[in-house]
Amino acid sequence: MAQRKIKVLVAKPGLDGHDRGAKTVATVLRDHGMEVVYTGLHQTPEMIAEVALQEDVDVVGLSILSGAHMSLFPRVRKELEVRGMGHVLLTGGGIIPAEDMAELEKEGFTRLFGPGTRTDDIAEWIQTAVEKSRASEGV
Amino acid sequence: MKDSRAAAAPPVVPVDAKARWSAAMEKARLRDAEFTTVSGVPLEPVYGPDDVATDFERDLGWPGEFPFTRGVHASMYRGRLWTMRQFAGFGTASQTNERFKFLLDHGQTGLSVAFDFPTLMGYDSDHAHSIGEVGQVGVAISSLEDMETLMGGIPMDRVSTSMTINGPAPILLAFYIACGEKQGVDPTKLRGTVQNDILKEFQAQHAWLVPPDPALRMITDTMAYCSEHVPQWNTISISGYHIREAGSTAAQELAFTLANGMEYVRRGVAAGMDVDTFAPRLSFFFDSHLDFFEEICKFRAARRIWARKMRDVYGAEDPRSWMIRFHTQTAGVTLTAQQPENNIVRTALEALAAVIGGTQSLHTNSMDETLSLPTEKAVKIALRTQQVLAEESEVAHVADPLAGSYFIEAQTNRLERDAEAYFGEIDRRGGVVPCIEAGYIQREIHRSAVEYQRAVERGRKRVVGVNCYVEDREAHPDIELHRIDPAVEKEQGARLASLRQRRDGNRAQSALDDVREACRDGGNLLERFIAAAHAYCTLGEIGAVLREEFGEYVEPKIL
Amino acid sequence: MKDAETISARLLSGDRLALSRMISWAEDGDDRFPASLSRIYSKVGRGWRTGITGPPGAGKSTLVNELARVFRQGERTVGILAVDPSSPFTGGALLGDRIRMEERTKDPGVYIRSMASRESHGGIARATVDACDVMDAFGFDELLIETVGVGQAEYDVVTAADTVLVVLCPGAGDGIQAMKAGLLEVADVLVVNKKDRDGADRLLVDLEEAVHTREVRTDQWEVPVLPTNAVAGEGVEAVIDAVHRHRAHLEAGLLESVRRRRRVDQVKRVVGERLEDELWGGRRLGDRVEEGLDRASTPYDVAEEVLASILGGNLGAPAGDSRSEAARR
Repeated sequence: MAQRKIKVLVAKPGLDGHDRGAKTVATVLRDHGMEVVYTGLHQTPEMIAEVALQEDVDVVGLSILSGAHMSLFPRVRKELEVRGMGHVLLTGGGIIPAEDMAELEKEGFTRLFGPGTRTDDIAEWIQTAVEKSRASEGV
Repeated sequence: MKDSRAAAAPPVVPVDAKARWSAAMEKARLRDAEFTTVSGVPLEPVYGPDDVATDFERDLGWPGEFPFTRGVHASMYRGRLWTMRQFAGFGTASQTNERFKFLLDHGQTGLSVAFDFPTLMGYDSDHAHSIGEVGQVGVAISSLEDMETLMGGIPMDRVSTSMTINGPAPILLAFYIACGEKQGVDPTKLRGTVQNDILKEFQAQHAWLVPPDPALRMITDTMAYCSEHVPQWNTISISGYHIREAGSTAAQELAFTLANGMEYVRRGVAAGMDVDTFAPRLSFFFDSHLDFFEEICKFRAARRIWARKMRDVYGAEDPRSWMIRFHTQTAGVTLTAQQPENNIVRTALEALAAVIGGTQSLHTNSMDETLSLPTEKAVKIALRTQQVLAEESEVAHVADPLAGSYFIEAQTNRLERDAEAYFGEIDRRGGVVPCIEAGYIQREIHRSAVEYQRAVERGRKRVVGVNCYVEDREAHPDIELHRIDPAVEKEQGARLASLRQRRDGNRAQSALDDVREACRDGGNLLERFIAAAHAYCTLGEIGAVLREEFGEYVEPKIL
Repeated sequence: MKDAETISARLLSGDRLALSRMISWAEDGDDRFPASLSRIYSKVGRGWRTGITGPPGAGKSTLVNELARVFRQGERTVGILAVDPSSPFTGGALLGDRIRMEERTKDPGVYIRSMASRESHGGIARATVDACDVMDAFGFDELLIETVGVGQAEYDVVTAADTVLVVLCPGAGDGIQAMKAGLLEVADVLVVNKKDRDGADRLLVDLEEAVHTREVRTDQWEVPVLPTNAVAGEGVEAVIDAVHRHRAHLEAGLLESVRRRRRVDQVKRVVGERLEDELWGGRRLGDRVEEGLDRASTPYDVAEEVLASILGGNLGAPAGDSRSEAARR
């Protein structure tokens, strides 16, 4: 019988080309049984939200090592909401100073991950968060 | 691990001693650890004469002599210490200009410019793609005017400047040359390096402007122009650094970097240049990772392989064409956000490997770089680390001090063999560009990155503060953060708008038309870029012409 | 969008989020899917479905991207379904085809959906046909289906597509491999991509020869062999022209029966899935099998016993049609 999978979009917004983390996380999430869409580099917030919509993903994970996180996270969030995708879990990681992380988390970006994070922890966190949000959705 | 050539050599060690040692090893209780290099290559517990078949004259020789395994200069650091070159750049040109003067005042001997992402991708600061990124990870340079500010008060005939830029490298070099002319410095007096290594961008770093073939043409144009007009300029810095940072092993870094180097040589020759006119200006750039011995062997192997290839395969006759001169940077990926002061120790070890490996210049990372841009204090400690090595440790007195060690020679030979195997595979797949287009090199790097990550997460590779000796997140020391004021973006935008007002619009347009024409008729592009720079055409305007004429690059599927 | 009525209404009003969600329902076997499909099914059958298959590295995604670009120049809307393999061990999948179609993401006249093959092995996913029906009802003029492309036998695309393009390129596995794998049998159009590479001319000649020496197809269609260099957009118009000709050929005759046969296949598939669930979903039959094996009966004996208990006296007289179908698989 078909079963519901967790679908994740791993995206690299902005101009930064450091994709080692994004590709590694994508591979690890696949190994945890998730279906992972990878967009490639240099995506605008509009393109990321559009892909999230076309793919009907549960989670969008942004990888940012360019220092532009304070601008990019809110812009992606806004583009998702414009498309009726406000329910998507928006998370991410990269070189993000702790105080910026705290501020973004306060603004409703579920959880952010810094350097040195175990990728298995990311996978487990996504698993739990998606299950919780599905349960509250009632589907 | 054994060299096939070793079989013929008579054993020097008494057989019974080795047998006793072997038996003792069998019985010994070993620590629960993985005895491999940081690249995952298994190591023997000890190395002896049976493990190496190195012929002194053929494989090692003397410093400054073919095959340069032991260094490119006869006197090595007794003649001149390595250049301490700290990469710096952030915010506006005037902010970076101040940091440059700070570094020069503290004894730094060369400049190294870090550009922001919009500049690296060939966009102006006021382009839609640049929002939020201006000045963030480097300095924003959109025109000759910005370059004039960047170099203001710095005598361009007396510093050597390294510019880390690739896709639009010839355009930034044009800004630099034009800036020198404005200062009254003749191009023949300019010294420095432009990274300009587009192949590794497609493989690892991913800041490109146009697809591989036109990008390679811009590089040969640059080599041709500079060999005539800017003879002291290194027109390319063929870089393994980013390949390694993207997750490759030491052997992959070595192999892909040298394969890229050979591709540039082939392109230069195919463009009608004599190999000895441009090969002496090729320079290299490697990573220095945490595996002390493996890194030293990598540097030695690099010199030997390049010398052999250049002399025996590409027919170079000028000994300067045979030599790899390289810059080294300590490995950014080995820095941890946890207990960041430990990074000072990691960086010191990596710097020592680079010095013993015979580097020509060195950048040492600052301890806080996994948190944000480095602060002035952290940058100073990093520079002082090099000064301690140079002045206090006495390591710089003897060239290639580890030569002749069984272990060092066996590893050097192993890395050379591994690199040769990759050269064969790349040839079999049609060369470097087809390998990039098919995603082969990118996939090899990705595979190694994932393997390393797994090894760390399973505890097979230990990282202090990350998977052992972990402390609470709360225990983080207070590290002051260096932030970029968002006003930088606005300022840059306003300055560009005003520049477009002030300049001679007709002259700018006709310079852009000349660039377009050269794209089509094969005229030397660098020459047109310099004219466009003088007409105050912006980086984004020139970049847009190139994108229109040559198209945009689409990544292959790696995952 | 929690019920079939809302989602189908929103889909028919052009809501792309509803389109995306309904495809997810099809993939996940959501029990709201059948009811939603029935509300939009009258709109199915207008779009043309082109399947693109071929070995890895042949340039399928690039060709799909170019086909979409040229279709858009003709003002035709395009829905793309790109299937990637699922890991048989973890069930996870990396869906990366759209990386080659980035330009199309910006175009509101194009919709791209990646799909993991999940438990299917024939090059498409279980839900591919359902997803095509949904995209078709949404109103896309052209539907492009890119198969998994791992170099295994990927024939199931014929059950989803009106026209099948087989893409090959010199070097990667070559034409002979494709012939052995039977790929040529499913091709309505053969494309030799990367036509400037060494060996492309030879591959073109080999394929033309193979096409001509084969028995005439029962549908009287002559398979064209076309060179392209998709990355530069070269030869793509000719491929589209061939798709149009194939469409006209089918519309002049066999189209209704071909599509009918596809719907029959779909019914069989759904019946099979439901039966599988019914039979093995609870423990009842599973326990019976275990018991039988415990008595040291052979698997065949246990199977006979289980079948007899389900089918009662009807066993032994299956319709000839379904038997031969089963035998072929």
